[in-house]
Parts: sequence; C-alpha cells; structure tokens
Amino acid sequence: MDGNLNALTTVFTEFYYWVTVVFMFLIHVGFCMYEVGASRARNHMHTLMKNIMIIPLVTVTFFFFGWWIYWAFPNFPFWGGLDTEAGAANLPWADTMATNLGDRITGVFWAAFLLFSWTAASIVSGSVIERIRSSALWVHAVMIGSVWWIIDAAWGWHYGGWMVRILGYHDAYASGVIHAIAGGYALGVIMVLGPRLGKFAKDGTPRDIPPHNPWLLTIGIFLIYTGFWGFYAACNVPAISPEAIDGQITGVTWTATNIYLAPTTLSAITFNFLMSLSGGLMAAYVISKGDAFWTFSGGLAGIITASAGNDLYHPIQAMIIAAIGVVIVYKLHYWVERRFKLDDAVGAVAVHGYAGFVGLVISGFVLWGVPSSPYEGYATINPIGQITGAVIMFFVLGFLPGWALAKIQSSMGVLRIPEEVELQGLDYAEHHAYEDAKAAIIEADKQELAARAGAAAK
Amino acid sequence: MSTNGYTSWAVDLAEVGPIYPFQGYEVLMVIVGVVFWIGWHRIQFVREGEHLEKARHTGDEEKVKAQLERY
Repeated sequence: MDGNLNALTTVFTEFYYWVTVVFMFLIHVGFCMYEVGASRARNHMHTLMKNIMIIPLVTVTFFFFGWWIYWAFPNFPFWGGLDTEAGAANLPWADTMATNLGDRITGVFWAAFLLFSWTAASIVSGSVIERIRSSALWVHAVMIGSVWWIIDAAWGWHYGGWMVRILGYHDAYASGVIHAIAGGYALGVIMVLGPRLGKFAKDGTPRDIPPHNPWLLTIGIFLIYTGFWGFYAACNVPAISPEAIDGQITGVTWTATNIYLAPTTLSAITFNFLMSLSGGLMAAYVISKGDAFWTFSGGLAGIITASAGNDLYHPIQAMIIAAIGVVIVYKLHYWVERRFKLDDAVGAVAVHGYAGFVGLVISGFVLWGVPSSPYEGYATINPIGQITGAVIMFFVLGFLPGWALAKIQSSMGVLRIPEEVELQGLDYAEHHAYEDAKAAIIEADKQELAARAGAAAK
Repeated sequence: MSTNGYTSWAVDLAEVGPIYPFQGYEVLMVIVGVVFWIGWHRIQFVREGEHLEKARHTGDEEKVKAQLERY
C-alpha cells in the first residue's frame, strides 16, 4: 500500500466488506429458522442439519473452484476463452488466496460472494423440506452455490461480463443473479422430487401445510431482512476514483458504484431498500387478505423485484415496482401449484424466482437507454437484454441444471426419502438415537418417581 | 434515448445530480404513491369491517368460553 490515501481506501474497503459478511450471516440464520419453523416437529433436526451443512460444503467448494470461476468465466464459452490471467490470482493455490500483506482485499471480497452462494443454496433448501435426502440436497447446494450462480455472476454481474457488454444486462442487487436462478433451480428440483405426502387431495386440491412454529418463522424472515442490508452494501464498491475505474468517467470525483463500477450512492439504495420493502409488505397484505406469512414473504419479494434497478430508481418507483411484483408473484404461485401440482414448501420459487424474473423484465423498461457500465462500447439497458437475461438466469442456468441433476438422482434412487420414513418423520429415522435416549431417560425418571412414591407409602 | 437522461457515463461526476429515471415527473410520482397509500387504507377499512361483521355472527358459545379459559 503506497501512499496514505491508498492505504486508507484499502483498509476501509477491506473493513467495509468484512462488516457486510457479518451482516449477511444473518440471512443464513434466518433461512434456518424459517425452514425449521415451517417444517413439522417430526422433521426439525433433519431440516436444520440439511441447511446448516450448506455452510461448510459451499464454503470449501467456493474456495476450491467457485471463486476462480467468477474471474475466469466472464466471456467463456461463447464470447472468448477462459480468462486464465484474471483467474490465476483466485486459484486455491495462489498466494493471494491466503495470508498476504501484498493483498488485503481478496479474502473479504471472496467471503462477500461466498455468502451470496450460501443464500442461493439455502433458497433451494427451503422449497424441498421434509422429503428430500440430505445427501441429494447437498450436491445441489454445491452445484447452485459454487458453480451455476457464480457462472451467472461472471456473465451478468461482473464489470466485464458478456451479458453486461452485449445485452446491456443490469442487475445491481441480484434480482436475477441470485434470486431468479435459485428460484428456477428450486423449481427444477421440486418438479422431479414431487410433493410431500398429503399435500394434494385425491382430486388434486392442494392442502395447506401450516408452519408448526409461526414465531420462529417470523423471527427468521426478519433476520433475512436484516441480512439483506448487508447484502445490499456488499453489492457496492464503497469508494473509488474515476482513475481507478479506468472507464469513461471524467474528472476526479470519487463515488460509490454498483458491481459494474457505474455510479450510485448508499443513500439511493437505503431509500430504495426501505421503499421496496414497504411496497412489498403493503401489496402482499392486501393480495393475501392479511395472511401473515405471505405478508412477510411479500416484503422480501418486493425488495427482490426492485433489486435489479434499486441503484437507480426513484424511491416511489421502487415502492410501486415492488407492489406490482408481489401481486404477480402471489397469483403465479397459486396458479402453478394448482396447475402443475407442485409443492414449493416455503414459497421460495415464487418469492425468489418469479420476483427476480419479473424484476428484471420491469427494469428493462423503466431503465431503458441508461448506461449499464462506465466502459465504452457496452450496450445500454433495454427490455430485450433484460428479458433475455431473465430467461438465462431462471431457465438456462437455474431450472435446467436443477431439473437434470434431480432426474439423475431420481433415476439412481437417491433423491427422495422412503414414504415410510416421510410418515414417521425424519427425526425418528435419522436421529433415533436421540429419540431413544430421550424416551429411555423419561422412562427411567418415571420409574424413579414411582419407586419413591412406593417407598413413601410404606 | 435514456429514461434518466444519460446515455453514457462519459461525464464529470462533480456535475451530475439526479440519476433516477423520469426526472421531471416527481410530483406525478408522489401523487401515484399517495393514491397507493390512501387506497391501501381504504381497502383495509372495508375488508376489516366486512371481516368483523362476519366474525360477530360466527362465535360458538362453547368455543368462546374455551378461548376465554385459554387466555
């Protein structure tokens, strides 16, 4: 770090991303609480462990190859070869991927992206609760968390990605690159996995499977909101000079930027985060007729819908776009459920997938003609580019890989748990030692109590 | 054509102010926003009134007693 200003900027940026990572951890805590709250008591531990183990599995694979993909794939395979030069510093054996006084930023930047990876995997995890094998889900977690989403990030969430350059793709806070892809992936998996036993009556009418612990679920989604703040901050570069951007921007005024290094402000995203949350909550309350869980999820879906353009929208635009998105998402969820008999246990396909898709499409019209990048020769934002981007995110990189892998797992008989186990509950089947130990100690205590009562009676 | 007035970032940021789309329509946007807000209250008042009117005729005496006991 030569020069005080450079040192200060580096240390500030290093600390900035580090704090976002801590905040984003709450997203995962929230997902765990939401899933456990939504599952029935007989599946608690299994549901929790299924999600918790996403953390280490996605972390190590993201270290081994996920992070390298981001830097090597911006133009691969359709618009150029692998960028081995940029990728080299991000290989697991590179000295920059370790304790290194010459590189103070790679670790925290890697971690910020890694937390997005956990989120992508966790979105899929929620929709498949109470009937998927953990071993099958964990392979999906690695694939969505360390392969598919990071390919889409390289293509559409990188200052040099081909989607940004050629399509004018703009997705500042990841409507598509996290949410549409993860929702699409979840849809592919649940199509093969099938619904939980009892979800549909014999005549095909869907039954509600209410959450067993609404309070845990409520706290869970509020933690997700909280972590989302960290996510928004992590999507920005906090302070950078035009010289460092090395694009078309003139003058010497430093700025915060989005992931594409195009200018925005923390003030803008603070306005828009809260206004889109509010628009989502208000619309969801009305459309769901006051259903608590749809209202909470609607807040999230509102933010997700507006996220593609929340670096640029006016706050009222963010609010209205969020509200429109939530109405579409709610209607689409129930239409798909009835039409295709799909069991999306926590509404993840809708809240993340449909909201992300709709958000990209809307942003193409509202931001039509706005520059997607500070670099010369890039396409500006446009509806065709955004719709194409939404299809790539939801279907090409999300739905198809999820469906294909689930098909392979299903044909090998390793996707779904046996019906007997589903009925008796996964906690009994997989944690029977705990259940047996609990039953044994309760029985022992009862016998002790009876013996004492007998002795006292004599 | 650009909805926010900028077709490239070849500008000096010291001279740039608002960058949101549809500048000049702020008052209209506020009107739309306020209609959304007031409309929400209107829908909510009507719906809650209907719900409460329906609910006051659905109470079963035994179930109400059970609710009181439940606290």
